[in-house]
Amino acid sequence: MGKTVTGAQIVWEALVAEGVDVCFGMPGGAILPVYDALAKYEYPVKHVLVTHEQGASHMADGYGRTTGRPGVCIATSGPGAINLMTGLATANMDSVPIVAITGQVPNILLGRDGFQEADILGVSLPITKHNYLVTDIKDLGQAIKEAFYIARSGRPGPVLVDVTKDVQNTVLEDFDYDAIEIDLPGYDPTMSAADAASIARAAKLLNEAERPIIISGQGTSLAKAEAELRELAEKAQIPVATSLLGIGTFPTTHPLSISWGGMHGDAHCNYAIQDCDVLLAVGARLDDRLTGAFDTFAPKAKIVHIDLDPSEVGKNLIIDTPVVGDALLTLRELIPQVESNEHPAWIDQINEWRGETAERDILSQERDDLNAPYVCQQLWHLTNEGDCTVVTDVGQHQMWEAQYFKHTKRRSLLTSGGLGTMGYALPAAIGAQFGAPDEEVWVMAGDGGFQMTMIEFKTLAEQNLPVKIALINNSFLGMVQQWQDVFYDKRYSGTPLKNPNFVQIADAYGIPGRIVTEKADVADAIREAQAYDGPYFLEFRVPAEHVYPMVPAGKSNADMIRRPTAATE
Amino acid sequence: MADQTMEKHTIIAWVEDKPGVLYRIAGLFSRRNFNIESLSVAQTEEPGVSRMTFVTIGTARDMRQVHTQLNKQINVLRIEDVTDNPSIDRELALLKVKAVSENRHEVVQLAELHKASVVDVTIDSLVVQIVARPDLVQSLVDNLSHFEIIEMVRTGSVSMNRSYRRKAGE
Repeated sequence: MGKTVTGAQIVWEALVAEGVDVCFGMPGGAILPVYDALAKYEYPVKHVLVTHEQGASHMADGYGRTTGRPGVCIATSGPGAINLMTGLATANMDSVPIVAITGQVPNILLGRDGFQEADILGVSLPITKHNYLVTDIKDLGQAIKEAFYIARSGRPGPVLVDVTKDVQNTVLEDFDYDAIEIDLPGYDPTMSAADAASIARAAKLLNEAERPIIISGQGTSLAKAEAELRELAEKAQIPVATSLLGIGTFPTTHPLSISWGGMHGDAHCNYAIQDCDVLLAVGARLDDRLTGAFDTFAPKAKIVHIDLDPSEVGKNLIIDTPVVGDALLTLRELIPQVESNEHPAWIDQINEWRGETAERDILSQERDDLNAPYVCQQLWHLTNEGDCTVVTDVGQHQMWEAQYFKHTKRRSLLTSGGLGTMGYALPAAIGAQFGAPDEEVWVMAGDGGFQMTMIEFKTLAEQNLPVKIALINNSFLGMVQQWQDVFYDKRYSGTPLKNPNFVQIADAYGIPGRIVTEKADVADAIREAQAYDGPYFLEFRVPAEHVYPMVPAGKSNADMIRRPTAATE
Repeated sequence: MADQTMEKHTIIAWVEDKPGVLYRIAGLFSRRNFNIESLSVAQTEEPGVSRMTFVTIGTARDMRQVHTQLNKQINVLRIEDVTDNPSIDRELALLKVKAVSENRHEVVQLAELHKASVVDVTIDSLVVQIVARPDLVQSLVDNLSHFEIIEMVRTGSVSMNRSYRRKAGE
């Protein structure tokens, strides 16, 4: 015999049963019964009050990426739920498990444009993996159970459950969450290896290749196939690039690593992509930021694409050998069929390019002024060579972080790669710290994006989490300015920023901070932040400059613009 | 390249009969920039399962995307591209045609030649009903457009695979 509960209680009963220890949210009229039930029945779920609902969805995202379990965010109807959408779209693009619970107006008011009503099912439909509108209490437990199941299984993603207020208030007898059976006849996330024939074709191509490379995406990490990827690469001596989200799936310090490719990837990586004869993509979407113009990507290569999601294979590129299956199980079957190999000429060629990349490197130029790449490099050194999680925002600092912080640990970079959501970093870092309380978590953000969600200083201070913040301040929307420099004749339309005194703002929330203007002070400032027991804010003042290389949007990776050398300046 | 040829495809989707399912499918088509020429939805022999017949135009690669993207929808049970199958394809159309005494006979004759029937008559109009293969429906529409078509409604194509016929002695 089950319990007699209200709909509001069902929400918490479900969260507890799903093992949720923390959720991020903001109350409001249409979700009040749920909030009341939390206080009344003292469910063992920590509620983190956010400053703005966008923060809640990014926090759930940070938690989801760090733990691999669905992050939970809660909001009221109308504006509350709509404010979650940026975070849900971010998570949807980057395959992050989230369960969002939103209040909806009472059944009687549905469709009548009542106060704080919006069609949240409709709004969230194209930016979630799935969603539910629950208007009958009998469906509530089922919807939440399925939401968790869908969010975490297969290719993960955000699922939203919209619950009308009267469902929250209605009493249901004989409720038993454990007895609810998932009923999704159209959804089968069973993990399996790709079919044997396609794996054999992939192995044959790799065995015959003279200039092979691998591009590893986040799918490798979601499948927990990092060790298998490395085994394959080492066995056949195949250089490994990653996508931006694939950073951390292969140690950047490994001799076979060729960093990451695409618009701001390393030059030697893009040269290798453009010249390789077989390209094995593992769990990467091969999106336009990686490929450049689709028809110019890896023009000499036969492309093998391993992906769990059949809709990703052939979406952007014509794939010679589609291999649809789980990366882990597929690589396990592929490895024995791939012969040990050396490819010395190819690896020599790549190392020659690598040397040329290093010569043009910003850090090999003699510069006395403080610059963002130097900050990234120092942060890497001072975190025991990258033993921390970095959560970046979006823009130039994001690219520099990805270039100069040599990630070796799985899931040690959280970044909005697909949607490119400015304002992601601070709230996502808060969620990440809840997911990994013992981890050193760093925010790296630019002055533009950081201000979009800076209000979550309040949440950070209230929760007193030891999140450290490195703000890279060049007083510009730097990436946009870079485009204006290159494509718009240096007309800085809307990009110069008249910034506030950030350290004073942090101080107003009780968060200590420091401005760093000299290169010589960087290490000391980072150590100071690390030593502090709580959140700490560092502002690094840097000049406006460009991220190189740069592939103009819609152009081939072969057309990348390189950093001017002393000779070309 | 053969892959680039634009062709008409008939795709059947069996979907769970749940609120918003049409919204999901129609949204998917517009979001992914797939064309829908016609769409017909109704229930099936199985309670809780609806059947959608799409007619869509695109390359073979587009069709693979349509197929895999539709399949990814949680409420979609099964997808089948029946374009190249031996199938029964039918569409119903009602055409209200301006017909006065001088040309009424001609309209009726055209309808009869298309195995269509006249289902409503007024002093200055006829309503012609046709149930036929979509290309034959189109042929009637083309012919009747020489008269004035006042109003037209078409259901879009529905499709069913033919059963395998045993040959004598099998």
